[in-house]
Amino acid sequence: MNQSTPTYTPTGALVTDVPTLEVKNLHKAYHGNEVLKGVEFKVRQGQVKAVLGPSGSGKSTMLRLMALLEPADKGEILLEGDRIGVTPKGRALPEAQLAVQRREVGMVFQKFNLFPHLTAAKNVALALTAVQKVGRGEALERAHSMLDRVGLSDRADHHPSQLSGGQQQRVAIARALVLNPKVMLFDEPTSALDPELVGEVLEVMEQLAHDGMTMIVVTHEVRFARRAADEVTLFDGGVIVEQAPPDQFFDNPQHERTKKFLSHVH
Amino acid sequence: MGFDFQIFITQLFSPVYLQGAVLSIGVAVVSLVIATVIGFILAVGRGSKSPVAQWVSLAYIWFFRAIPALLVLLIMWNALPQLIPGLRDWGYNPFIAASVGLGLVEAAFMAEIIRSSLSSVDEGQGLAGRALGMKPDSVMSKILLPQAVRIALPPTTNEFIGLIKYSSLASVISLRELLTTAQVGVNITFRYAEYYTVAIVYYLVIVSIITVIQMQIERRFHWASSLPTKKRRALKLVGAAR
Repeated sequence: MNQSTPTYTPTGALVTDVPTLEVKNLHKAYHGNEVLKGVEFKVRQGQVKAVLGPSGSGKSTMLRLMALLEPADKGEILLEGDRIGVTPKGRALPEAQLAVQRREVGMVFQKFNLFPHLTAAKNVALALTAVQKVGRGEALERAHSMLDRVGLSDRADHHPSQLSGGQQQRVAIARALVLNPKVMLFDEPTSALDPELVGEVLEVMEQLAHDGMTMIVVTHEVRFARRAADEVTLFDGGVIVEQAPPDQFFDNPQHERTKKFLSHVH
Repeated sequence: MGFDFQIFITQLFSPVYLQGAVLSIGVAVVSLVIATVIGFILAVGRGSKSPVAQWVSLAYIWFFRAIPALLVLLIMWNALPQLIPGLRDWGYNPFIAASVGLGLVEAAFMAEIIRSSLSSVDEGQGLAGRALGMKPDSVMSKILLPQAVRIALPPTTNEFIGLIKYSSLASVISLRELLTTAQVGVNITFRYAEYYTVAIVYYLVIVSIITVIQMQIERRFHWASSLPTKKRRALKLVGAAR
């Protein structure tokens, strides 16, 4: 990168050398079972990273730790260069302070986790009223425009039980987007969907990537990884095995483990 | 002697019974409110990470599940004023004693209802709220409680009906609720069948009204089983839609 001429993302934000989100030497164990064994991972502004890997390889755990939903045993999580999730002395922050930091990171879950007692619009508006203390009217207005962005403005007054899985996941994406997060984390966003509903969700995600959103996507969708990702990562046994641009990753993988994994998913 | 309908009808519409019914409902409502507030605190205590909070909650539930409600009422009305002299001068009356006494006992049962209702809400719900940056009190009040209420409503209605009936225990501390009213009438007239039947009618009417109110409230939770979804499911069954 030329140091003298600054570069910009499609949305006009200045591209810097500091990664938007970075984890260093991340460790996590459950009941003595080590799930993450020193993960090094980073995503730059506007980058889309697809994370592949077999079930139980620790990729979802990495996302949960990045979203500050669970504390890491060891290692650091940095948002735009600043360490998050811990006090300056390295102790875990109290829940109320973690909540404030989580607002910078958007999370989309495999099972959508929409709030069943609220309409689509209110699902999206809740974070605005409860977190940003935006007025009800303005929050609903912003929720509607966000639903419009995922193609669901006509479903704003429907409850989740009245929506298809694909529509629910698109509402969930709108809900995470409405707070303007610096990075969006997707935890197998299409794994719980009927096959014919996968396309509409991936379409929204590809549009988001195209608009310059920084994204980390844990997925089994090789097609999406190929088309939308800047870089593809193979996760296995709690560590990152290989990271490469999609063409190289899929057509000319360097590691035996990657070759073996791809032979199963292709 | 036979069943004298004249006595039955006269008593059915007498203001004394109505007052008794109002007192019974009043005791049940106030004690349910007290029980719900304390029960919620106990439920949160039991689910908390603090061992002290867990222990205090468990001890409370253990104690009040073991002690008969009748004994608690006797303590509230007879023993408490001895321990706190001047209590009755401050307006302490059988109604307060009964409401607080039954509320304290009922809290132990409400704690379990609230705890199981909260834990039956899918854990992804709290997770999604936290991921949005909502603070714990916000997650509780805006996400978990509205969903837990739906689950807690039927067993809570049961408890409320139970409290209406338990309020008759307050006759021992001279509260003239519904059953005491009947008993007093019987003592004067010896018309057992007529006076007790009036009491039956009153209890039936009260519980019917509560049941209707429960159905009305449950209708507000239409989000849990909305018509379009049912329609879609029905269509799916006949293979007309996915």
